[in-house]
Amino acid sequence: MKRAIFLSVLIAVGCSATAPKAQTLKAVKDRGSLICGVSQGLPGFSNPDDKGKWTGFDVDFCRAIAAAVLNDATKVKFTPLSAKDRFEPLKIGEIDVLSRNTTWTLSRDVAYGNFAGVTYYDGQGFMVRKALKVNSALELNGASICTQTGTTTELNLADYFRANNMKYEVIAFGTADETVKAYESGRCDAFTTDVSQLYAEKLKLTNANDHVILPEIISKEPLGPLVRHGDDQWFDIVKWTHFAMLNAEELGISSKTVDEALKSNQPEIKRLLGVEGNFGEQLGLDRDWVVRIVKQVGNYGEVFDRNVGVGSNLGISRGLNRLWTKGGIQYAPPVR
Amino acid sequence: MSSPGAAPAPPVPLRNDPRARALFYQIVLLALILWLGFEFARNARANLATQGIGSGFGFLANTAGFGVNQSLIPYNESDSYGRIFLVGLLNTLLVSCLGIVLATVLGFFIGIARLSPNRPLARLAGGYVELMRNLPLLFHILFWYLAVLGTLPSPRQSISLLGEIFLNNRGLILPAPIAGEGAGPAVDTLIAGCLASIGLKIWAKRRQNRIGEQFPVLWCSLVLILGVPFLVLAATGFPVAFEQPQLRGFNFVGGIRLIPELLALLTALSLYTAAFIAEIVRAGVLAVPRGQAEAAFALGLRRKLALRLVIVPQALRVIVPPLTNQYLNLTKNSSLAIAIGYPDLFAVFAGTTLNQTGQAIEIIAITMGVYLSLSLLTSAVMNWYNAWIGRAERR
Repeated sequence: MKRAIFLSVLIAVGCSATAPKAQTLKAVKDRGSLICGVSQGLPGFSNPDDKGKWTGFDVDFCRAIAAAVLNDATKVKFTPLSAKDRFEPLKIGEIDVLSRNTTWTLSRDVAYGNFAGVTYYDGQGFMVRKALKVNSALELNGASICTQTGTTTELNLADYFRANNMKYEVIAFGTADETVKAYESGRCDAFTTDVSQLYAEKLKLTNANDHVILPEIISKEPLGPLVRHGDDQWFDIVKWTHFAMLNAEELGISSKTVDEALKSNQPEIKRLLGVEGNFGEQLGLDRDWVVRIVKQVGNYGEVFDRNVGVGSNLGISRGLNRLWTKGGIQYAPPVR
Repeated sequence: MSSPGAAPAPPVPLRNDPRARALFYQIVLLALILWLGFEFARNARANLATQGIGSGFGFLANTAGFGVNQSLIPYNESDSYGRIFLVGLLNTLLVSCLGIVLATVLGFFIGIARLSPNRPLARLAGGYVELMRNLPLLFHILFWYLAVLGTLPSPRQSISLLGEIFLNNRGLILPAPIAGEGAGPAVDTLIAGCLASIGLKIWAKRRQNRIGEQFPVLWCSLVLILGVPFLVLAATGFPVAFEQPQLRGFNFVGGIRLIPELLALLTALSLYTAAFIAEIVRAGVLAVPRGQAEAAFALGLRRKLALRLVIVPQALRVIVPPLTNQYLNLTKNSSLAIAIGYPDLFAVFAGTTLNQTGQAIEIIAITMGVYLSLSLLTSAVMNWYNAWIGRAERR
């Protein structure tokens, strides 16, 4: 699998005369489906259920794009990718968008594509066994720590321990499942990754209550969808799908109230829902693109609560991901 | 219909001349290959340029910034990607070399055991081979890592041997010898003892060829390698201390620790490859004509001596070439290390480093180059060894 991907990278980079550039929108429309890179199974973010249907926060974002572009939130093909091998398929055009709890960093922005905004403000934390009686990450001097290879977590971990002059042993695994198994077997004292993921993985442990997530957040992890360089139209569509969901929440438009909102007199709502103006057309879509997103998938708040928030078994509080009007930092530019 | 005496046959048209045709096709093929190579390079350059990826090997000097759990050379997070490449390479070499030695020894014993006249032993060896080689290697690795080493107790409940050696789910912890002041002469005599033993072996062999008498090489070598350095140590008042591992905080501090990732990978690779080597050894021994064994027994050699002096030397000719394949397989299979977090070349370089730098072409090229060189080097050594035993036989 690993080798297959690397080989395909080499072949694609070396041989393909038509590296995928612009025209992602056209390709998606012609194909009739969106191909979306997601995780290999992270409850709350992207996880197949027992019937093979994908659900989660990152998955819903793909569905929102499909609703906007194809008028059908179900027309998405999901490609599960490991943390290590997630970027190459996007680069060579095997997927249209990577919606896979990926941290926005400078080098990734330069090397792999454009980040279309921050859908989830996350940070890295630690999970330990309660039996260790550790209350702070600063008490982890000399600990063995499990993490997943090919992630920014590896680097943050190294920085944090170096900055605090503590010793540690890192064991880096190829996939999240292997990492969690090793943590559960007792190979490591702590498991580190983004806090949202810690909550999700905690649910998978046999005795979830024997484990605790430490209060320290050691890094900024802005997670967002990634698109290829060189296709500005597609970049705009993905970016504004996120903004549309935020604006909808801000204006109080949800999947239940959207039909009502179409009759609203408020100019902002009229513009967002395409009653006034041609903003959808400017993006290369049509007028009621936001109506479709909200009706078929929901606004930002609905998607958050349903998948990771209070309405889910993860029960993560909105925190930084509240709207700017409610003390968070989720903020969308206006539709004008 | 040509008849004898007629004018010489008209010259063959160029397109029907086999030599011209062969030349033509070879030129076309060569041009095609050159064109493909050129196109590949041109495309790669153009595509990299459009994606804004710089090329070149400058990234090797950049700071890596991540830690590893096993390094044979001093390494910390502020070292470069070039350094991490060396760390990974040495880890790959470590597990491959140890694996090759263990798999060969074990494989030889099992292969011979399978041919033993002792029925239960032969069956046992046969069962081992079938069980090991019919399960996927990844399964072996995960089995040893999660099902065996993973169930060991935590550091606080370590299994202790003699109060000095500890075994827990963080690995096998041994006391570390620390050479104190004045340990130099002992080390020197140890090295001298090893060299002298090799010389002694060659001398004894020549002497036996000349006058037919055996020389107790084994005992003399033991004295040279173990006895003399021990005496020197005793004479200098044992200037070697042992650093005892201490349980402090989460784990033992001090001593030498063999991480479970290494132990699991090494065990799995050795046991798995040993099954294949056993079959190769069995085939090699069976390939020696029955008459050779019968002749050896007729001369009064016991089974052990007949094997060592008559059968194995001849079997080696058949054994060595496929054995080389197994060595190459073992080295390449060591890249499965990433499944259990052993920091081999593939995991730290073609994995983490590639992911962090995005220099796919360079890193994959280097990694391919390394595995290719390792394989070619192994082949070269084994071919040389094969030629050497062939020559020794003719003499």
